[in-house]
Amino acid sequence: MTEDETAQAIAADPEHVRGLLRQMLRVRRLEEECVELYSASKIRGFLHVYIGEEAVAAGVMSVLAADDAVVATYREHGHALLRGVPATAIMAEMYGHAEGCCRGRGGSMHLFDAGTRFYGGNAIVAGGLPLAVGLALADKMAGRHRVTVCFFGEGAVAEGEFHESLNLAALWDLPVLFCCENNLYAMGTALERSESQTDIALKAAVYEVSAWAVDGMDVLAVEEAARRAVDAVRGGGGPHFLELRTYRFRAHSMFDPERYREKAEVERWMKRDPIVLLRSALEASGALSSDQWEALEQEVAAEVRDAVAFAEAGTLEPVEELTRFVYSERSPR
Amino acid sequence: MKTTYREAIRAAIRDAMQRDERVFLMGEDVGRYGGGFAVSLGLLEEFGPRRIRDTPLSEAGFVGAGIGAALGGMRPIVEIMTVNFSLLALDQIVNNAATLLHMSGGQFNVPIVIRMTTGGGRQLAAQHSHSLEGWIAHIPGLRVLAPATLEDARGMLWTALEDPDPVLIFEHGSLYNVAGELADDAGAVDTDTAAVRRAGADVSLITYGGTLPTVLEAAEALANDDIDAEVLDLRTLRPLDDDAIVATVEKTHRAVVIDEGWRSGGISAELSARITENAFFDLDAPVARVCSEEVPVPYAKHLERAALPSVERIVAAAREAVGARG
Repeated sequence: MTEDETAQAIAADPEHVRGLLRQMLRVRRLEEECVELYSASKIRGFLHVYIGEEAVAAGVMSVLAADDAVVATYREHGHALLRGVPATAIMAEMYGHAEGCCRGRGGSMHLFDAGTRFYGGNAIVAGGLPLAVGLALADKMAGRHRVTVCFFGEGAVAEGEFHESLNLAALWDLPVLFCCENNLYAMGTALERSESQTDIALKAAVYEVSAWAVDGMDVLAVEEAARRAVDAVRGGGGPHFLELRTYRFRAHSMFDPERYREKAEVERWMKRDPIVLLRSALEASGALSSDQWEALEQEVAAEVRDAVAFAEAGTLEPVEELTRFVYSERSPR
Repeated sequence: MKTTYREAIRAAIRDAMQRDERVFLMGEDVGRYGGGFAVSLGLLEEFGPRRIRDTPLSEAGFVGAGIGAALGGMRPIVEIMTVNFSLLALDQIVNNAATLLHMSGGQFNVPIVIRMTTGGGRQLAAQHSHSLEGWIAHIPGLRVLAPATLEDARGMLWTALEDPDPVLIFEHGSLYNVAGELADDAGAVDTDTAAVRRAGADVSLITYGGTLPTVLEAAEALANDDIDAEVLDLRTLRPLDDDAIVATVEKTHRAVVIDEGWRSGGISAELSARITENAFFDLDAPVARVCSEEVPVPYAKHLERAALPSVERIVAAAREAVGARG
């Protein structure tokens, strides 16, 4: 969005825009804590943080209804949190504790929550797209006007499941919003080193899916695009596709020495930090005082602190429970 | 009534569609074509394209969509034309269907039924003759069924649809034309137990699915030599009915496992290991196995016949087991 458009959006509803800033900050501070806790060996396994990409989840989640569904990837702490999964349950899950949102069975890459219709947490690139198509198919067959949102990275575009899913969704006119988080690197492989055609929205459009690219560092632009797309999908307009151009500020995972990209490139993108951009715009509009910012930081810090305390106080599921949840325990319907 | 294995499955699908509005069938050519093996012939006309859904050739896509639809409250029957093509959907079957309940700490079960044709014997060569049901039975979180009779073809589907977790049904291609009598009121059957298809005292022939008719024929040939073979049809490959396996070995003290899959690392190895673990001191002879030769299944008729379990090889193995009688 232009400076003028941003200023207008702030003037129209400063409370709402401050809310978006708050949501991005909640993700940022939670992720920073995760990195610390990983270094302290409190969290193990693979850990992929969302720092730099917060505007995408914040903008999209903002326009969803309570009974919509979300399918995400292994870099999904932010999606889970902003979808409404409590930070406490997320953190306890990463601790591998019974109080975690998956009782310690999933960990960082597999957060699930039935209450918010959050269907993971999928650690196979593109593996979630067919699930989203199926969730949307169920809604369509049942005559429900719900939307299924599917997040995935641009690396998924190289997988067959991406193409099969877009084709199916368009062929059957299903209520899915595909959100491609294009952070330019599939682990360490740059987009231009893996795709002959790097215009991802164009690839989606080939399947007759309404698709366009959005500045993924501008939460207001993301929200505006997501609202337009979700309204269209909910109104029976068939699948839509957003290519959200963003950037991952941190390493791919905790095992990534980042040999594949230049520091200067990272620094260049960090000048477009979505939190800094929105905070500056709010301050320039006089819609965020230093006291308000400080209060926000403190509120978010308290949430993170509480999450860590909750996780620390968590318990280990007894080993006798190991083989539970391989098959359902309730009797057949 | 007189019917066939194919018609029995079709009757089961029709029955399920009538009983539960959430049930639908999807797969390649299940609609207008009538099914690659004509199982769903006529169902499109009866139920319409919303519930008899032709799919593109996108195995990962439509199997994953079936999993998603199951998560969304539907009861999909997904037909994969053959087990060979199911390899393109293994990610969805193994990484999603089998894991979601556990990874989500019990929150998301996947009530999907995936049907597919399996097996060789029809001169279709290596890429259309796999028997990989034993492979799939390796995976916790799945239930694996292998209907070998008209009763099971008619009855396993509804039980599978009532299961809250993923069920895979392997229909052997050589069985579709098998004809016989089926009770007019035939309906759902249990999918927890193995069944003795022929009682006998001298040796246990343990098998499942498309090999059952061959094994029954071998048992008759053995009877001519005064060898009284018991034939156990496993019916369900995961979970295995350990009690029935032990019971037949306790009775005959000799076991021959017959499996159209390959020997190395196959379900026959699992069965042999379980017999050794659970009934070692009841055995009067080593457990024997008759499996497919370890080659990609060839096209030429005589070579294919030599590759797959045959009456002759089963009889020879049973004779040797009985000859080992102390």
